[in-house]
Amino acid sequence: MQHPATPASGPRDADRTALLRDLAQRTGTMTQGYGARGHDTTDQDIHQATLAEVFAETVTDAAAVGFVFAHLEARSRAGKPLLWVQDRLSRRESGQPCLAGMGDPALLYLEVSRATDVLWAMEEGLRCTDLGGVVGEVWGNAPALDFTATKRLALRAEAHGVPAWLIRRAATPDLSAARERWRLASLPAAQDPDDARAPGAPVWRADLFRARWRATGQWVAHPEAAGLRMEHGQAGQSLPDTGPARTENRAAG
Amino acid sequence: MTGKDKLPVLATPPQTPAVQETPATTPATAPATTPAAGAATLPATIARHEDETKAGRAGAAARAVARPEPTPESPSQGQSQGQSQGQPQSPSQSQPQSQPQGPAQDRDATARRILALHFPHFAIERWLRDATRRGEALPDDLPLALATDGPHGPVIHAVNRTAAQAGVQPGARVVDMRALCPGLRVEHADTGADRAALDRLMLWMRRWCPWSACDGAAGLVLDSSGAAHLWGGEAAMLRDIEGRLAVLGLTARSAIAPTHGAAWALARMGGLREICAPEALAARIAPLPVRALRLDADTVLMLQRLGLKTVGDLAAVPRISLARRFSRAALAQNPLLRLDQMTGRLAEPVNSPDDPPRFAVQSRLAEPVQDPTPHLPALCTTLCETLAVAGFGARRITLTVYRSDGEVSQVSAATSQPTRDAAHLCRLFDGRIERIDPGFGFDLITLAASVAETLATRQTRLDTASDDGTGIARMMDRFGARFGTQALRAPTLQDSHIPERREAWTAAMMASGAQAPEATATRPLPARHVRPLRLFSPPEEVRVIYAVPEGPPAQFVWRRVTHRVTRFAGPERIAPEWWRVPPGARLRDYYRIEDQTGQRYWIFREGVDGDGRGAHPRWFVQGAFA
Repeated sequence: MQHPATPASGPRDADRTALLRDLAQRTGTMTQGYGARGHDTTDQDIHQATLAEVFAETVTDAAAVGFVFAHLEARSRAGKPLLWVQDRLSRRESGQPCLAGMGDPALLYLEVSRATDVLWAMEEGLRCTDLGGVVGEVWGNAPALDFTATKRLALRAEAHGVPAWLIRRAATPDLSAARERWRLASLPAAQDPDDARAPGAPVWRADLFRARWRATGQWVAHPEAAGLRMEHGQAGQSLPDTGPARTENRAAG
Repeated sequence: MTGKDKLPVLATPPQTPAVQETPATTPATAPATTPAAGAATLPATIARHEDETKAGRAGAAARAVARPEPTPESPSQGQSQGQSQGQPQSPSQSQPQSQPQGPAQDRDATARRILALHFPHFAIERWLRDATRRGEALPDDLPLALATDGPHGPVIHAVNRTAAQAGVQPGARVVDMRALCPGLRVEHADTGADRAALDRLMLWMRRWCPWSACDGAAGLVLDSSGAAHLWGGEAAMLRDIEGRLAVLGLTARSAIAPTHGAAWALARMGGLREICAPEALAARIAPLPVRALRLDADTVLMLQRLGLKTVGDLAAVPRISLARRFSRAALAQNPLLRLDQMTGRLAEPVNSPDDPPRFAVQSRLAEPVQDPTPHLPALCTTLCETLAVAGFGARRITLTVYRSDGEVSQVSAATSQPTRDAAHLCRLFDGRIERIDPGFGFDLITLAASVAETLATRQTRLDTASDDGTGIARMMDRFGARFGTQALRAPTLQDSHIPERREAWTAAMMASGAQAPEATATRPLPARHVRPLRLFSPPEEVRVIYAVPEGPPAQFVWRRVTHRVTRFAGPERIAPEWWRVPPGARLRDYYRIEDQTGQRYWIFREGVDGDGRGAHPRWFVQGAFA
């Protein structure tokens, strides 16, 4: 695990994150939530299930899918199936989920033709508390996907405690009630320890450009076995260091 | 309008067929009680017909609601015939051994008319019919065989006509028959589905006479006593049956004889639509071979070695010696018992299973309405009460509206688990009733549970929270009602190394239902075989610059965008599944690549230059990594 030694991060911060991580490993209480509401806390209650939106910068890029699945993976491992809804254009242009690559989670998959049906199916799924999460993929700026529709999804997700994620491709961020709005793109992968010519573990650029309960910012995300690790900047990456004194922001899925 | 008096319950309760069982036990033993039993039975039968005439409004309604009987007088006809001979034999009597042997001598055991049907090509014809329905109809001149698993590899179960002419025989191993007929197409034989189809066919056959039962894997037996005259005599009835089965795509051979054993034998070894009168029975069965006695192969072989080639030979043997020789043999190995069954000496009634219970409620309206929605909750509630009394739950419900101008429209919805929750059933029709064209309005609404399964009452937890999985089942039902039952799918991993065959996308409703495919333990892939997060299906062809013949890709054009490969891992060679695909299939070399923008894809080259299986190899993008 990398610890970028940016000048802003004092030894006190490093101690604190190390302590937290140690605590989390021993108690196992660190759940999803990467510094919800602008704090580097691991409090379970702060981060509640809600609606988040992810914009994929490139249509065929699977970084957005990987980012969403990294958040929901732990819930699906706990035996709760994920509901994955795609409209037809999304499936044709960006493919369908591959079970073998996701590690065989419990998945319920629905392909529909219109964005309206995606939203209807997501709403029906969010009513069902036995689901681990609901993912919807909508192509373009569909007229049905307006502020009211996203508000309905967000309220229903919060009422039933089922996280909802919207993956949007070929779309510009318009008016939406999603509590978090991300923009995702792939970065060149990490080095493969065994093969210098091969791409290693994936690295993504995650840009949180609108959030309700926390500060926005840009991170470099590393999916790991224990969850998603998010850092500000990385050696060799030219990322604008917009964040304040926070150096590392970790989330376990 | 929504009062409960408007909703007559049309379900025939499951205990109704017991009416037919009442004359079974008493009159045979005690003839003195016969008039009393007849008097007790007759009003019950009439009452039942009154129920049915009340129930049926239109012809369609009667068919949807009540069991189609040929005509009201058929049971009473059977009854009077039985009474005139003094021994009303019960068709639903299941233990012939319990019959006292004393009065058996003076009873005419050959008074009944048993109709046997044999479907010589049932499995293959059902498969062809299903394939036609799926739109994958097979041309007649291609050889096709269905195979089951045998101890030494797959074994031919059924063949079509072309394959039979090519010499493919049922019972032989598939590999041997492939050598004989290289173009043979082999499909999996679904014997369970065959069985279920035969069960449905058995119920369907009750349009001709009320008592039918399955007889072996490809046969049916019907007790047509007193029913044939309704169809213009026995010969006309057999012609009608064979004609209607031919419409279904089934070849059938039929025969009518006084006993089950004789009808079975004549349907398989007799002439075309053979009818055997009671007085001709002994003469007709004498020349039949001994395998007509429904014996197993070992016993038949033994009888032939003893020189007993025909039934007549066997009947000529003194009875006492046969009884001594086969005193302990089971029925399938006992020629004497089988012979007695064939001659009528030993009773073998048709053990006809009861009809599955039907659940339907209706709402008769005083004047035509345009919208059935306000009546739906009351209908659902009544239906669910009926289901709860019988201990059943609905798997498929059908709402039928009868328009005042005679049109009938239907809307149906399916559930993934049996349920009798009225609110849930009502919600399944949300947004679908609007599609019914009301015309000038309708005045009769029927709600039927067209498929119902037993649903025991159970309590899984003490608090009021929902049961495990119930919520998901409800969600599936609503998806099924809106998008069709096949739309929601639950992918599962399969044991295959071909990426697109690695996962099976079965409908979630099937996976949760009774006919769930048995879960096969899949071997995990080695850790070094990384799989992508997304799959493009089908794979998309790309133009690639690479070092011929087997070099890694350097650059490719996909969807009019040029991707320069900066890093790659591979190749991972995946060979075709030679046991499934035709011999010309090419191998695939998979590369995990990263382009100049950092996106990672899974691309493969199909074949190698100079492998003799086609032109230059082509490249495809099949997946995207996170």
